[in-house]
Amino acid sequence: MASVSETGRGANREYQSSHEGFLRHRGFRWMKIAAALCVIAIAAYFLTDPKPRPSGSTWVGYTLGTIGALLIVWLSLLGIRKRAITEGRWSLKAWTSAHVYLGLSLIVVATLHTGFQFGWNVHTLAYALMMLVILSGLFGIWAYSSLPSALSNNREQMTQGQMIDAIRALDRQLNDAAQPLARAQSDLVIAALEEDPFAVGLMRRLSGNYPQCATQAAILGLAGEHDAACERVEKLLVRRKAQLERLRRQMRLKAMLEVWLYVHVPATMALLAALTAHIISVFYYW
Amino acid sequence: MAASGGEGEVVEVSVRIAIVGSGPAGLSAAGRAAQLGISHVLLEKTDHLSDTIYKYQKGKHVMATPSSLVLRSDLDFEAGKREAILDIWDEQTASLKIDVHYDADVVKIEGEKGAFVLSLKGGDTIRAEAVILAIGTQGNPNLLRCAGAELPHVQYQLDDPTEYVDEHVTVVGTGDAGIENALGLAADPAQGNVVTILNRGTEFARAKPANVKLLQEAEAAGRITIRYETTPAEVRPGEFVLDTRDGQETIRCDRIIARTGSAPPRTFVESCGIAFTSPEREAFPVLSPVFETTRPGIHVIGALAGYPLIKHCMNQGYDVVEFLNGNTTLKPADEPILAEKFAPLSGNRSVAEWLDLFGSRIEIFRDISALQLRELMLDSDVQAFTKGQAVFERNEPGSSLFAIAQGSVLVEVSKDDPSITVPIREGSIFGEVGLISGRRRGATIRAAEDLIVVELSRAAALKLIATAPAAAKAVNRISVERQLLQIFGSGLTREDVAELVEGAEVEEARAGKIVLKEGDEGNDIYIIRRGSMIVERDIAGKSVFLSYLPAGSYVGEMAVIDGAPRNATVRAAIRSEVIRLPGEAFVRLLEKKPALLRKARSEVERRKEINSFIEGRKENFSSVVDMYSQTAQFLVDNGIGEATDVLLIDETLCVGCDNCEKACADSHDGLSRLDREAGTTYAHLHVPTSCRHCEHPHCMADCPPNAIQRGVDGEVFIDETCIGCGNCQRNCPYGVIRMDAVPPKKSSLLSWLFLGKGPGPGEPSKTWRKKNAEGTEQPKKAIKCDMCSGIDGGPSCVRACPTGAAIRVSPEAYLSVALLAEED
Repeated sequence: MASVSETGRGANREYQSSHEGFLRHRGFRWMKIAAALCVIAIAAYFLTDPKPRPSGSTWVGYTLGTIGALLIVWLSLLGIRKRAITEGRWSLKAWTSAHVYLGLSLIVVATLHTGFQFGWNVHTLAYALMMLVILSGLFGIWAYSSLPSALSNNREQMTQGQMIDAIRALDRQLNDAAQPLARAQSDLVIAALEEDPFAVGLMRRLSGNYPQCATQAAILGLAGEHDAACERVEKLLVRRKAQLERLRRQMRLKAMLEVWLYVHVPATMALLAALTAHIISVFYYW
Repeated sequence: MAASGGEGEVVEVSVRIAIVGSGPAGLSAAGRAAQLGISHVLLEKTDHLSDTIYKYQKGKHVMATPSSLVLRSDLDFEAGKREAILDIWDEQTASLKIDVHYDADVVKIEGEKGAFVLSLKGGDTIRAEAVILAIGTQGNPNLLRCAGAELPHVQYQLDDPTEYVDEHVTVVGTGDAGIENALGLAADPAQGNVVTILNRGTEFARAKPANVKLLQEAEAAGRITIRYETTPAEVRPGEFVLDTRDGQETIRCDRIIARTGSAPPRTFVESCGIAFTSPEREAFPVLSPVFETTRPGIHVIGALAGYPLIKHCMNQGYDVVEFLNGNTTLKPADEPILAEKFAPLSGNRSVAEWLDLFGSRIEIFRDISALQLRELMLDSDVQAFTKGQAVFERNEPGSSLFAIAQGSVLVEVSKDDPSITVPIREGSIFGEVGLISGRRRGATIRAAEDLIVVELSRAAALKLIATAPAAAKAVNRISVERQLLQIFGSGLTREDVAELVEGAEVEEARAGKIVLKEGDEGNDIYIIRRGSMIVERDIAGKSVFLSYLPAGSYVGEMAVIDGAPRNATVRAAIRSEVIRLPGEAFVRLLEKKPALLRKARSEVERRKEINSFIEGRKENFSSVVDMYSQTAQFLVDNGIGEATDVLLIDETLCVGCDNCEKACADSHDGLSRLDREAGTTYAHLHVPTSCRHCEHPHCMADCPPNAIQRGVDGEVFIDETCIGCGNCQRNCPYGVIRMDAVPPKKSSLLSWLFLGKGPGPGEPSKTWRKKNAEGTEQPKKAIKCDMCSGIDGGPSCVRACPTGAAIRVSPEAYLSVALLAEED
């Protein structure tokens, strides 16, 4: 009523945002669907007895192959779905959920499609690439489900920008505090200040292990000194180290969350190419 | 007749009409008197005519609205430059031989009709048979009260801050006027002014928060010095002695601008024995149709009478002198406008008859004077509808208030079934929700029979409510009644709740105030009218958060039903307003309505279950509920208490891909309206910097073009009329509004994907934007979340989250301990 305050707010628009992660989406709906698909595929494989032997060129094999190929194409479309913010009632969470479980079901569907015939050919290449994609995806599932809390704990409400700013602020203080220091000690501090926290290799970033850390070296180098200026600089360096470690943990976790995609996505591209070759060659030699 | 008083000698003048104030109203009255040959005097406290217009900034264009109103005056007036208008008036004042006394400040009016004595500052007196007060609403500035205050470099206004260069200026007073002057003087560093502002205390209670923020920023930037707990002690040439907390201090000072407020003319007017319609600040004097006040013989016209427009004022000046001259047949100048307004109505009534009909039939007009009603009608629309025609439709924008002059309407309460209706009878009003919330129309309203309605603009309706207490009461009563009917469900009629409405009291509750205390006796019921409340119980010495109640809920009925003491504490989460209903009346209502009693009982049962769930957990209490309570408190602290829809991020799921931000940018001109990473976190629940769509949005408070509105789904959005002033950005306590220009258009996703064209998804970088800017620079405007209004599928941030970390919640659904029970 025009004259009545509304109690049910937002009632005119029905969108739901249930508080469920992508793995649990809608009570594991896609896990159930994927499991059913696997069961049907296994049943079809073992309940039929094709001659001379199970392979991709029986009717079960063709069916499984078609399903697998369609799945692969559809699964690879997630990359577009993620970036095309179109209107409509889609949810990327549902897509991710389906992507994960249907992607896993490919292990069964595609393996049964091969009829366990492997060789050094383009067909097995496609299969191997697919397994590589799936394995990297498995790492992704692990990362997505276990790392976010660590990321959240580590950043303690700071943004990455604020972490860098905090280090810069300490750097300015260090620069001033280090003026009275002797040559050798100031060289240590300068080295620490000049070290770019981002200019490290991938492995270093992923391991989170920095044995050559210049800040750490400076702390050790100043440890023996007892005059006031040195102690002040040392304290600042210890704080810098703590901030630096937080930033490195942040970078490590973010790298872990992303690194698998550098395998997953290019491997998918290769898979699509190999799959095309596989399908064309199969029909060419029909 | 009269002449200006000479040095030292006390002059006594005797006239028929004394006119106080030489603004458009007073001037026009004097012009009429001069033209009619009536002995008169026009008293002006400054040394020039029409001080308010005189003080307009140089070259200001003065408007002559409403254009349809005929000007009826012996002086000319049409829209134009301030200078031109003042020149014409000066000229015509001379040619009409108007008798003006300058520097004549009236301090007292004594005597009675036929023999008034007006005392002027300086001792002169004026005798007059009738007095016309046309002093406007500007009032007199409060003067500096310290030694040296009369020195020439002390001034009480600042016309043009750019006039002063390389000066040490001290502004006294930190109200809006003082702050704005100080900011103006310090705005351009090239002027080289050294600006100091004195604050008597330590707070800025009288200024708008936005101004205070600007002032503090200016101080931080070193452009202005703010001195707290400092008052003027003595003014000396080139110096200013200040009383500070730590003793006296002398600063260099070339100019003092004292902005310590002004005494509103009301005090003076009331001291003349004139009554006002209400104690409200916005109230006007009670007037008869011939502008006579409650003190016979004294008349009030112009802005002081509630007519701020120049044409109105001039017409009234003319009219009031005609009335005084015995002209009883004169029709007000607005007669043709009203006649035109009323022309489409059937019934063949004259303007006076229509006004009479409206005044007597419409409840909220009952206690306002004929003059006020005329004025109100000028700002309003009158419309006729035939049976079945819609007055307005659900979801239409609109914030006007409708009053039914004739006929009745039916409200289609259900969205899906138009046959479910509730009637509203003749004399009542509808659309009043628009006055409170600024939301779109919540239902379609159709004429139940042939209908005549008066449509009051929101501004006119608010003015009416502020000036006419009876109208305010009527609107309040009707809205309380409708709220009751809505909350307690169908099957109830107005008569059923009449007793409750009669006993209802509206109370303010500031944030944190306890409305109900666990263990207290009492059976009053509270409806939360605005704001929100949280419900807590004390369990084993810890206060446990039970639930969150948004506006429109009610509490306290359990005590009525089972007679036990209050079993939970209810306190205001933010500044709220509650309607208190007497418990006894509610008991009687329940006795009469068994269906309502059953409904209430089942509600009570549900709450008891939650209570027993909590009680059951008491032993192994600790972590779960404790955690829940703290999380709930964290969310309330972060403004969820005033939110209607808020974006939360579950950081146990968030992988930091920022797809939410990218989706936001791609849904809205390429600018993201949320900052995922910023914001506070508690127990992995992150409140990002993004709009909460507050119940009573802070951003709406001070928007010059009124560009911030609330949409159908409760979203608060900024429309295209934004002028980019940045007030909303400063007023938002959560920092969710940004000012930015729309970036150039990107190429499509596929051409980025396959050809690498454009910057890709999400907000383009500053460098890309600069490089690809085409032609003219886009203006910076305020942008904020609009909950993806108009986008099918709902908020993009949530749809685009790959892991389900981003959720949008309404606080009442999210903040309930009952959710813990469900999880078990």
